[in-house]
Amino acid sequence: MDNRETNSNARLIWPIALIVIGMFGFGFALVPLYNVFCEITGLNGKVKTESAAETEYKVDESREVTLELVTALNQNMPLGFRAEANKIKVHPGKYYTVKFFGENLTGEKMVGRAVPSIAPGWATQYLKKTECFCFSEQTFEPHERREMPVRFVIDPALPENAVEMTLSYTFFDITGHPANSKKN
Amino acid sequence: MSAAAATHDEHHDHGPARGLMRWVFTTNHKDIGTLYLITALIMFMVGGAMALVIRAELFQPGLQLVDPMFFNSMATLHALIMIFGGVMPAFTGLANWMIPIMIGAPDMALPRLNNWSFWLLPFGFVLLASTLFMEGGGPAAGWTMYPPLVLQTGAALPFTIFSIHILGISSILASINIIVTVFNMRAPGMSLMKLPLFVWTWIITAFLMIAIMPVLAGTVTMLLTDKFFGTSFFNAAGGGDPVLYQHLFWFFGHPEVYVLILPSFGVISQVIPTFARKPLFGYSSMVYATASIGFLSFIVWAHHQYTVGMPIEGELFFTYATMLIAVPTGVKVFNWVSTMWKGAMTFETPMLFAIAFVVLFTMGGFTGLMMSISPADLQYHDTYFIVAHFHYVLVPGAVFALFAATYYWLPKWTGRMYDERLGQLHFWLTAISVNVTFFPQHFLGLAGMPRRIADYAVQFAEFNAWSTVGAFVFGFAQLIFVYVIIKAIRGEGEKANDEVWEGAREHGLEWTLPSPPPYHTWETAPEIH
Repeated sequence: MDNRETNSNARLIWPIALIVIGMFGFGFALVPLYNVFCEITGLNGKVKTESAAETEYKVDESREVTLELVTALNQNMPLGFRAEANKIKVHPGKYYTVKFFGENLTGEKMVGRAVPSIAPGWATQYLKKTECFCFSEQTFEPHERREMPVRFVIDPALPENAVEMTLSYTFFDITGHPANSKKN
Repeated sequence: MSAAAATHDEHHDHGPARGLMRWVFTTNHKDIGTLYLITALIMFMVGGAMALVIRAELFQPGLQLVDPMFFNSMATLHALIMIFGGVMPAFTGLANWMIPIMIGAPDMALPRLNNWSFWLLPFGFVLLASTLFMEGGGPAAGWTMYPPLVLQTGAALPFTIFSIHILGISSILASINIIVTVFNMRAPGMSLMKLPLFVWTWIITAFLMIAIMPVLAGTVTMLLTDKFFGTSFFNAAGGGDPVLYQHLFWFFGHPEVYVLILPSFGVISQVIPTFARKPLFGYSSMVYATASIGFLSFIVWAHHQYTVGMPIEGELFFTYATMLIAVPTGVKVFNWVSTMWKGAMTFETPMLFAIAFVVLFTMGGFTGLMMSISPADLQYHDTYFIVAHFHYVLVPGAVFALFAATYYWLPKWTGRMYDERLGQLHFWLTAISVNVTFFPQHFLGLAGMPRRIADYAVQFAEFNAWSTVGAFVFGFAQLIFVYVIIKAIRGEGEKANDEVWEGAREHGLEWTLPSPPPYHTWETAPEIH
């Protein structure tokens, strides 16, 4: 093999190696890209966990939307978790507060995080929460029972064909989570 | 050229080194090709044995032989071993053996890298197999390793992930080597559009691999950090999303299935013209079809996840993009059939496997088309229909292409004609049993039997029993294949001439070399016409 051939091999290997490294990075870049994509398009029912600004809407008394409230626990988390009602009827543009109840069923301190989800996915962007227990971690003292209010409004821009929506919360036990225990 | 000729004289008697260390230190493309092929054959038997454990358990409803956890590890490891241990190394072995010979190069461009990329494999597999003996058992969440389920794996999780890293690095290195070889080492006059189709399909496969293997490596690394370092890539409690994993995985996973099948297309495109005694019909359309399949494979991944709750626009896009793949694939099938049309065909074992490939792969393709329709897929998702589909494209697809390739080139590699009678017996047993095994699974899937379960409802009993009988016949028929290979390697059987197949000289440079070829070939580049 002469020198010329070795050089041209090297010239070809470097760009290929760059593709390999680039694709490794691209895999990681897809994580924020995916989140941004879901947030902008509202696809995948991904719900913002930041509070929305309290804006005045024109209340649409003529329309009524049924909002179902669903609570769930991940992996048998020992938490009593329910909403004050299974479903409520709401008018778009009007602010409501619904109460959720959480009760630590153990004698240990418990840290949880609630992850919201809204169905149908395309309606996610119209349900705006100004106050929610899902915005931050929830710490429960042993056997503590607590009310957790959610204040929300449905944007009157909600398409006409939406008559039923579901707001569900899943509680995750993050008491022993490494990222969490570091902070404590 | 005179300098090259002088070196040639000095090394005139330079054959393989003696003893076992030859295989450890070798940088010869033929040696490394052989190592890859033997490893793949062993892994094919190991993965096959795991499949038989699965089928034995499913022979009857109820739990008879193994516990469900072990059953699930068998399903997981069967897939990982067949993909990363069977099919991929087998094709890499073929590439190592044949590409330098086919393009008139003296060796691969990066021989030492080649040695390393092979020797990573045995370590990867030992690591993977060792997980079966770890606390908590082997990985049992399926080869797709979806979180959060896979995060419940015991001690096996990090070892599974590391072995995937190792196997991924190995295939990346092999791909780099193949690309550099084809671009830099072609004999003068061997223009890109004169390359044999096997070489073409391998270039495109190699490009797919360097693009997707790093993504897989990154994705499984995220699993690792989620489990052990408190990150939340896929953990909903920390703001992550398990569905993201599926997108990342299938961004790798869909091109990966073309990594498994494109070299098969290449093999079939070599075999059919030889036995039809005609040049390949539509050579350039084959090249373009392969390239478009390669491109399309990157934009269809989410058809594996129609049920995760995609918006309607997404479902439509992925449905149409997936259906589009049927066009270039159809071009290929059309070209193979046209090559056979009015050809002077003979039906030696490689040709039999090639014809069975065309027929049965097309059937697997049709079920794929059925599943591409997202509203219909809601019914098929995660049922035995999927199992039947991907086994039809992988077993009578990729594996039959490997059988065809082995029978086709074995006389060239060993200098001995294989036993044609045994080859035909192997073919008929395999071709019939593969259908007995997988055809009933279509019906099971349509009737709603889910995949990856150790037990099932009684109404599925009959089809499962057939499937198991077929699988055992298939499994034991492969011992004939092993016997045929061992016989040829030991130098038993009729001596093969250089051309091996009548008129093969027209179909590739490999048939102008002696059988077996000397240890070093094309030290002087051949003349290309």
